[in-house]
Amino acid sequence: MAAEGGEAETQQKEESKRHTYPLVRTCDMNDELKTECMELCVTACEKFSQNNESAARMIKETMDKKFGPTWQCIVGEGFGYFIEHEVKSLLYMFFGGTTAIIVWKCA
Amino acid sequence: MPVKGAEKKTTQPVAGGVPTQRRLSQLPRQSIITGFRDDDQDFGNMPDLSDEALRPVRPDDQLKLTDAELNEEHTRILTARNPQAAENIVRFSYKDRTFKPIPQVDQLAVHFQLDGNLIHRDSEEGKRQLVRDIGEQALGEVETTPTKAAVTEGEPTTKEGEDEDEEKPKKPTGPAGKGKKLTNQFNFSERASQTYNNPCRDRETFVEQTPRSVFTDNVSQWSIFDAYNEDFDQQQKAKEKEHKKVAVKKDDERKKKFVVAEQTGDDMAKLARSKSASISLKILERMINQNTFDDIAQDFKYWEDAADEYREQEGSLLPLWIFQYDLTKKLACTNLAWNTRYTDLFAVSFGSYDFLKQSRGMFLIYSLKNPSFPENIFITDTGVMCLDFHPNHPNLLACGFYDGSVAVYNIADEYKRPKYQSTARNGKHTDPVWQVRWQKDDLDGNLNFYSISSDGRIVCWTLVKSDLMYIDVVQLKLEKPATEPDEGIPLATLGCGTCFDFNKQQDYLFIAGTEEGKIHKCSKSYNNQFLDTFDAHHMAVYAVRWNTFHPKIFISCSADWTVKIWDINFKDPLFVYDLGSAVGDVTWAPYSSTVFAACTADGKVYVFDLNVNKYEPLCEQIVVQKKRTKLTHIVFNQNFPIILVGDDRGNITSLKLSPNLRKKPKVKKGQEAPEGPEAENAKLDKILALIRDPDDTKNKSISAQQTSTVPATTS
Repeated sequence: MAAEGGEAETQQKEESKRHTYPLVRTCDMNDELKTECMELCVTACEKFSQNNESAARMIKETMDKKFGPTWQCIVGEGFGYFIEHEVKSLLYMFFGGTTAIIVWKCA
Repeated sequence: MPVKGAEKKTTQPVAGGVPTQRRLSQLPRQSIITGFRDDDQDFGNMPDLSDEALRPVRPDDQLKLTDAELNEEHTRILTARNPQAAENIVRFSYKDRTFKPIPQVDQLAVHFQLDGNLIHRDSEEGKRQLVRDIGEQALGEVETTPTKAAVTEGEPTTKEGEDEDEEKPKKPTGPAGKGKKLTNQFNFSERASQTYNNPCRDRETFVEQTPRSVFTDNVSQWSIFDAYNEDFDQQQKAKEKEHKKVAVKKDDERKKKFVVAEQTGDDMAKLARSKSASISLKILERMINQNTFDDIAQDFKYWEDAADEYREQEGSLLPLWIFQYDLTKKLACTNLAWNTRYTDLFAVSFGSYDFLKQSRGMFLIYSLKNPSFPENIFITDTGVMCLDFHPNHPNLLACGFYDGSVAVYNIADEYKRPKYQSTARNGKHTDPVWQVRWQKDDLDGNLNFYSISSDGRIVCWTLVKSDLMYIDVVQLKLEKPATEPDEGIPLATLGCGTCFDFNKQQDYLFIAGTEEGKIHKCSKSYNNQFLDTFDAHHMAVYAVRWNTFHPKIFISCSADWTVKIWDINFKDPLFVYDLGSAVGDVTWAPYSSTVFAACTADGKVYVFDLNVNKYEPLCEQIVVQKKRTKLTHIVFNQNFPIILVGDDRGNITSLKLSPNLRKKPKVKKGQEAPEGPEAENAKLDKILALIRDPDDTKNKSISAQQTSTVPATTS
């Protein structure tokens, strides 16, 4: 029992390890834009792991500064969305096994 | 006394009604209003004043008047006349020498006069004053500066102060030296300025909306989990593939290269060689040709020389296409033949007539639909001297060569080799073959053809399965020379055959022409002997042709410049035409028994119609561009009114016959036009009858007769 429990635990740990890396689901951006945005999202989420709002704020404001105005950002664990985005300006990724981040640009 | 004294003092003329000057206390009463009663009664108007204190007190010196006088009305008139002014001033007029009253007396009464001290600044006095003032100002300035420090001086200081005061209002108004400007309500200046405003320009632009698209999804914990698992699996698979890939990569690369190269090369070539493509290309080529030679094609079909209506005995030849081919430029056209089934197809053989210059030869198949390039090209080792299409098998072409061999080609074959060829062992001629002619299939059903050559033999070739078998039919033996050799066996020398023709009605009968100028009448059945011989020409006979319709008439042409028409039964020619140059070829027209055409070495084509003019050609026309081009052969087309003429430069010219040249005889109204060979024969007979003498017996003799009684017409 304990051994099994132990195994289950280790499995879970492994899985959690597996699932922590940033996984991009949809990306419409240029390569350089994409890499920068991804790194930014990872940084923000690690920094504000407790507070989704702050993370989203940080992402949005940094994107505005770097790449021009009217970026939008949502960070969360469970939501549905229907958005209109400018072509070549969308990033939708998962991070940390539980968080989903969507960043898009739209005036 | 006091009363009288008062009267005296105030004595005034009563007359005149002029208001007297009265005392001030009374004046207001006796004022302007007329008819106003005065004195005592006036007192009555005043408020009744009982007080004695308020009663008016009469002064002592007041004028005392009686009541009557007081009631007297004095009229007062208000006028603008000066009462002081005199009324009757007179002046002495020297003109009239009398005193005359002045008409108008000045009535002006000056009540008050005050002289002012303002002077206009532009008047002399004003200017003088201004100058004086400015001078004072300058002095004042000079004084103020050095004396500003010394303020304690009395008079000068006050003066300076005054000057300063004067200056102050002066300074702001204008610069010293110019006229003073006084700022006051009567003399002021306005200042205004308008800056330049740049004109405004509107600019508008319309920006395209940035492209957008919609994105939608639902995210939850389990969907995130699933996504990660999926990704993990994919990564595992990718790792596995990589291991496999490395091993297989090398082989693939090699294979790929080969396949790619082949494909690109083959496609185009295959496409071009494929049958359907070649057919389409052919059609396309013909279409292009038709477009290029559109006007010629139209002429070929429709153009009829309208001038022919006006000239009865003349016709013309309209040049149509010229068929040329690069490789034949140095070769001469040696023979022309129309295809029996395809009326637009004809074959041309090329070789060289020059004994010394012998090179390769060729023959081409042309179509009228494509004048720029031959349909088929066959190149041979030696010059091709003649060719003939088989009447039933339009793909079989028999040809004779300069080296004496004959061959049969199947022009539909892809390979340009003859189907049959005669060899040295196989009975080929030893001299150039001048003519070949297909015959009807023999009893066994084999195809056969005849050839004639300079070696004096007329040979019949039979196509037996895959072989060519020959039979010597006739040998053209020369007549024995006058001087016979004393010794030895007289060898029969053979003449050189140049042309032959088979009778259309009697197949076994044929005529052959020789280089010596003789024409022999032969039969297929008799090998050694001629049926008859005509001393036709002085030089080589180039062509003999039977008449298309008439079984007994034939025509011959020769290098001795003449064309002669013969009747097989008569020794002498019926018609002789001298054309002025060596005649290369002569041929009858297929549509009429009386029309024939000849071509000469000076590039002219002659067309005769015996029905119209027995002695002169209807048309005599040069058909070649370059001079010194000899025409070598001429043929009529069976279906169209065109002729082909070949020359020694390798060109074939096609010409259209004008209507006059292809006339049918005029018909009486009501009668049907007689057609067919019988009519043609009858036509010719009629002509011949006119020619011939009633004395026929002499002409019918077989033995040669020098003298001719027949009026052989010459031209």
